[in-house]
Formats: sequence, C-alpha cells, structure tokens
Amino acid sequence: MDYDFSEDVAKIWPALMFMAGFIVVVGALLFVLDILPRWGRGKERLQMAGFLGPALVLLGIGLVYPLVRTVYLSFYDAGGDAFIGFDNYTWIFTNDDTLTMLRNTVLWVVCVPLFATGFGLLYAVLVDKARGEGIAKSLIFMPMAISLVGASIIWKFIYAYRDPGVEQIGLLNQILVWFGGEPQQFLSNEPGNTFYMIVILIWIQAGFAMVILSAAIKAIPAEIVEAARLDGANPWQMFWRVTMPSIRPAVVVVVVTITIATLKVFDIVRTMTGGQFKSSVLAVEMYNQAFRSYDDGKGSALAVLLFLLVVPIVIYQARQLRHRTEIR
Amino acid sequence: MAVLSRRRRAITLAGVAALALAASACGSSSDSGSSNADKPECQPYSQYRVDKTKHVSIYATIRDTEAEKLEQSWKQFEDCTNIKIDYEGSGEFETQIKVRADGGQPPDIAVFPQPGLLATFAKSGQLKQLPASVQANLDKNWSKDWANYATVDGKVYGVPLGANVKSLVWYSPGLFKEKGYEVPKTWDEMIALSDKIAASGIQAWCAGIESGDATGWPATDWIEDIVLRDQGPDVYDQWVNHKIPFNDPKIFSAAERAATILKNPKYVGNPKTIVTTSFQEGGLPVKDKKCGMHRQANFYSNQWPKGTNVGPDGDVYAFYFPPVDPSKGKPVLVGGEFVSAFSDRDEVVKVQTYLASGEWANSKAKLGDWISANKSLDVSAVTGTIDKLSVQILQDPATVARFDGSDQMPAQVGSKSFWTGMTDWINGTKDTKQTLDYIESTWPK
Repeated sequence: MDYDFSEDVAKIWPALMFMAGFIVVVGALLFVLDILPRWGRGKERLQMAGFLGPALVLLGIGLVYPLVRTVYLSFYDAGGDAFIGFDNYTWIFTNDDTLTMLRNTVLWVVCVPLFATGFGLLYAVLVDKARGEGIAKSLIFMPMAISLVGASIIWKFIYAYRDPGVEQIGLLNQILVWFGGEPQQFLSNEPGNTFYMIVILIWIQAGFAMVILSAAIKAIPAEIVEAARLDGANPWQMFWRVTMPSIRPAVVVVVVTITIATLKVFDIVRTMTGGQFKSSVLAVEMYNQAFRSYDDGKGSALAVLLFLLVVPIVIYQARQLRHRTEIR
Repeated sequence: MAVLSRRRRAITLAGVAALALAASACGSSSDSGSSNADKPECQPYSQYRVDKTKHVSIYATIRDTEAEKLEQSWKQFEDCTNIKIDYEGSGEFETQIKVRADGGQPPDIAVFPQPGLLATFAKSGQLKQLPASVQANLDKNWSKDWANYATVDGKVYGVPLGANVKSLVWYSPGLFKEKGYEVPKTWDEMIALSDKIAASGIQAWCAGIESGDATGWPATDWIEDIVLRDQGPDVYDQWVNHKIPFNDPKIFSAAERAATILKNPKYVGNPKTIVTTSFQEGGLPVKDKKCGMHRQANFYSNQWPKGTNVGPDGDVYAFYFPPVDPSKGKPVLVGGEFVSAFSDRDEVVKVQTYLASGEWANSKAKLGDWISANKSLDVSAVTGTIDKLSVQILQDPATVARFDGSDQMPAQVGSKSFWTGMTDWINGTKDTKQTLDYIESTWPK
C-alpha cells in the first residue's frame, strides 16, 4: 500500500497541541495540589483525593468495571441476552471436555511450581561459589529471555513427528530412532502431551527461580554459616537447618509467582496443540469459548473461575509481604 | 545564535527548498485522482466516482501474495474513483473481527470466510443489509444457491467474493500412466483403484489435518463431501441446518464410509500420523509418486513446490471426487468468502457494488490462481489449469453445489467441536458413534 504523508501532516498539529495542552493542565494540577496544604487546614484530604483520584478512576475503568461485567455475563447465555443462573458454572463441572481441562490445569499448577522451584533451588545451591558460576547461571537463565510462543515453536520442532519410514525432523524422535526405538507422537497422545508441555514452562521458569533463590542464598549472613560450620554441620544439615530457613520468604515468593503464571498459562498450549488432544487448560478454554465459539457466557464463567483461583494466592502473598515488613 | 556564514545559509536555503518541493510533490499526488478520472480507461468507473478522496477499510483473511493480487485487482478502481481502499488481511480474522465489532471499531467491509460467522453478526444487528445496487449485481451474477448462503432470516447481507471447489482428488498423472491406472468415475471404481495401488506397495491415500489451532478442518471436508455423496443434497441441508441430529444414522453411515478410506491402515498407513501431518504437507508425497491420491480443494495448487507442473500431463493434477451413484448428478462441495458491510456510507456501497460486478471478477481472475462463482466470469480469463477445471465443474449444469457445512454450522460446532471431534476420531480416541454423539452434544440449544 502506498502511504501518503501529506494527508497526515495536517493531523500532526492538533496532536502536538493536544499533548502540550495535556502537559500544561496536568502540570498546573500537580502544582496546585502540591501547595494545597499551605492554604489552610483540612486541605490534606483534598490533596489526597487529587493524587489518588486519577489512579482510582483508571483502576475502576480498567479492572473493576470489566470484573463486574464479566461476572454479570457469566450468568447469561452465549449472546448475553437471557439470564440462565448457574448453568454456565454447572457446565464447567459436568462436561467431559471441561473436566479434562480442569484436570490438566491442576497437573500444570502442581508440577510447574514444584519442579521449577526445585530445579532452580538445587541448581542455585550447587553452583553457589563454584567456578564459572556466572556462565552456569546465565545458561539456565537464558530461556527466560525467550517469549513463550517462541519457546513453544522451538519445542514443537523438538517434539516433531514424522512417519517411521521417512527421516525424522524432531530431535527427540531422531534420538529415539538412533537407539532403535519407534518415533512417538508426543503431542497428540494424552495425558503425556500435557507433561511434555509442562516441561517447557519448567524449562523457562527454573531460570527465574534460580536467580531469585541464588540471590537469597548469597544474602545469608556469613556469621550464621560460619557458626554452623564450626558446630560441625554436614552439607545436608547445612541445607535444611541453615539455608532453607533463611531463604524461606524468597522460596514462597518464587512458588507463588510461578503458580500464578502457571494458572494463567495460555501461549504454550495454544501454540503447541491449540487445546486439542485433550490438552486444554483453563485460559485456553476461556479464549476458545469466548472468541472461537462466540459464547460470552461460558467464556466469562471460565474467566471468573480463573479469577477465583488466583485471588487466594494473591492474598496469601500480600499477607506474607506485610508479615515480613512487620518483622523488620 | 550566531549569524550564519554564507555557505551555511546556502545549504539551509537548499534544504528548505527541497522540503518545500517534497511537500508540494506529496500534495500533488493526493489530488491526482481527479485528473485521472477523465482518462479513457476510467470510463467504466464513472458511476463509482466520488469528488473528494474517501477511505474504505476492508478486513479479511486473505494474506501475502493473494492479498497483493487483491490490491492489484482494484488499483485502477482506486485511481479512477478517488476511493482509497485500506486493505488488511489477518490470520486471526475469525477472533479479531468480534473484538473489533464489539469494541465499536468494525471495518467498513469484512470478508467472511464462513457464512455461519456472517450470520452471527447479521443476527446481532451489526451488519448492513445489501443496498439496492449491490443486490442487483448479486441477482445478476450469482445462482440462487450462492445468494442463499449469506441470507439470514430472509434478508441478504453478503455477496460472494472468491470460490473454491473442494471435491477434487489430486494425483500424479505420471504414476497413473506408468501403472496403467484410469481416473475413476464412480466411488466403487475409486475403491478398486485404491486396492490396486495399495497392492503395488504404494500408499493409496495420503492426508494431513494438522493446521495450528484449526486442526481437524480438512477432515470435516471429507465428511461433508461424503454425506453429499452417500445421502444426497437434501439430507446434507437437513444435517447442516440441524433439522436432523448430528448423530443421525444417515450421517453415521456416511462417516463410516469415510472411515473406509481415512481410518483404513491398508490405504493410509498409520491413521494417527494424519493428525500430526500438516494440511500443507499432506498431499506432497503425491508429487513424488509415494502416494496415490489426496483429496483436497483447488487451493491446494498453491502448496506444490515451485516448478511443479500442474496439468493433465504434468507432475500433478486433480480429478473430480466421484459420486457413489452417478445417475443422481454431480455433487460438489464448495467454499468461498462473502463481502459484508458494517457501514452504509456512499463510498462503502460503491466498493461493495464494484466487488460484486463481473468487471472486478475478470480483473481479479486475470491475475491468476483465483476463481469465483460469478456467472459473468469469463472462463478464458482464468489462468491455471486447475482453476479452469474448477470453473468448468462450477458451471456444469449437472453440478449440485453445496457450501462447506462446517462453515455454516454455529461456531461452537463448525469451528470447534467438529474439528476436535474429527481429530479424536482419526486419532482413534473416539469411535464413529462416540464422535458423532459428542459433536451433537455440543450443538447450541
């Protein structure tokens, strides 16, 4: 398509004027709010409202309103026309497809935080103060830099399957063939396919866990470690009695963050299987219902369920944070 | 600022002059449209002309080379009429169109690949009914069947754009010649041929239904094509419109017939490999004579590697997917896109009218690899051999054309459970009865 700049020139001036106007108005407002308390008592409340107001309004538009609307829609039918009570929720817990989807979501939420944190912790302890620690750590951290879709495409090639008769293009299947095995269809056989996809997220998240935990380990006061050594603690006791208790808050943060990320997992499943072969998860099913089946009711009900599952974890984390600041 | 040196000043002046020149050049290009309008080649477009430059946005699934050809096909229209078409093609059309329309920013014109999707927007009141000038072109250029696909509750909302013929079987003329195979004319002949090919050690059929998150769709075409052959067009219509349930015994019989090929290890090797073979790669072994037949639409001609000779004596060609009972006419499964408008501004109506005209269809067909069911389409304007064959099939009086059923069914079925059901069916996790029962259970009440 040819682009005609001259048509847009006229639009630049109004845009610039608008930006300038915006800066002037906001600047003046902030200035007034800043000097407000000097004008007399009781103006603090006004100042507070002035500073918090815009954020609250934006939160209302961007978070509260969609939340209310989603909950509302989840009690209506596909087009949002007829009230159907809890039917959409009953559907989630009675339909074979959605039950498989819930089972998969549970598998994800259990496996990914457990193994990602486990591997991250093990790795952080093992490479701590070892030679080439920097390089070893960046190797594990590198997958974090890849987008989820990018990682999924890489792994799609690793799992790729070709007929036994022809040359394999997938790394795993080629290795199987070298050892005299039959090539496997990793992604189309359930429930294995869910685990093969879980591996990807572990691969990505282990780096995150490792970095945070490694930093926490390094922050353990040298006196404690030295005291334990002098008392004759073996490495096993060192780990369980000294390291673990000291880094417990960091472990909680890591587990909680990864759990929330896992609950919302979408990109990997959509890229690898599109939710077919009984490998769907909550977020993928939500998207498919809302945007593929055009069923706003079921899509919203799934969104509400996802929200309800995430909320307790967030509350727990917020409490932990407050707890820690109180101790300090 | 210090006073500029003379040299500096000269450079500055030159720069300003260049800018001014550039600006005036840009300026002139925008009003060139009006002067173009008087040229002789613009004569046919006089009815579409508008006085001031207007923009019309079109949103569709067509991308890459095909999109370039599309834009080329209306280039002259744009030059002559002052209407600029802002075209956007997207692989995410099916999901994004809803986001845009619900968000209050629909395109002026959307090209729907599925009548079922179009109906959703028509029912929600977002689409405009066809204006008189467009309706006139539709009546003139398309058969009643085609006009019906975009009709919702007696009101017409769309005009067909391109068309494709799905009832084709790709084969290698070279292999057929070597082995002395004949192109089958009936279902039974085709099965006999399959047995012969399989006996010679070559895979008789190859297929691939992997297609990202649309995995399964090629198999739905198989079922539809065979329902049309096994049960006839009337049962087909009842099935698509849910006048009979999805798991009706008649459909079961058709699906079982499909299974004799698709799920038959004798013909396809391990059927499970079909679900992991991509639609794009599904038929490629035909060219290498490693596989006898591949049922896929005329648009599969784009998938052959560069330099493949497509033709009756070439590397690959296609024959018409034969009927079970030839005395009952030639059932043909077709697909296509439909042009619908979210706006009724004058320039939008003009673009719609133009796209529904025979002039546009011929202008597009000349660019190659494209056909339409437009009756004003001149067969001699069609370039490819497969396209010629497809147009002949479409215009054959014996042809009983039916539109792709999954595209007409509600989205919950047509672009979800029918796909996943077929995937599970071929993968062997569900048998025929379980598959049909499952799809029936997902039909919206």
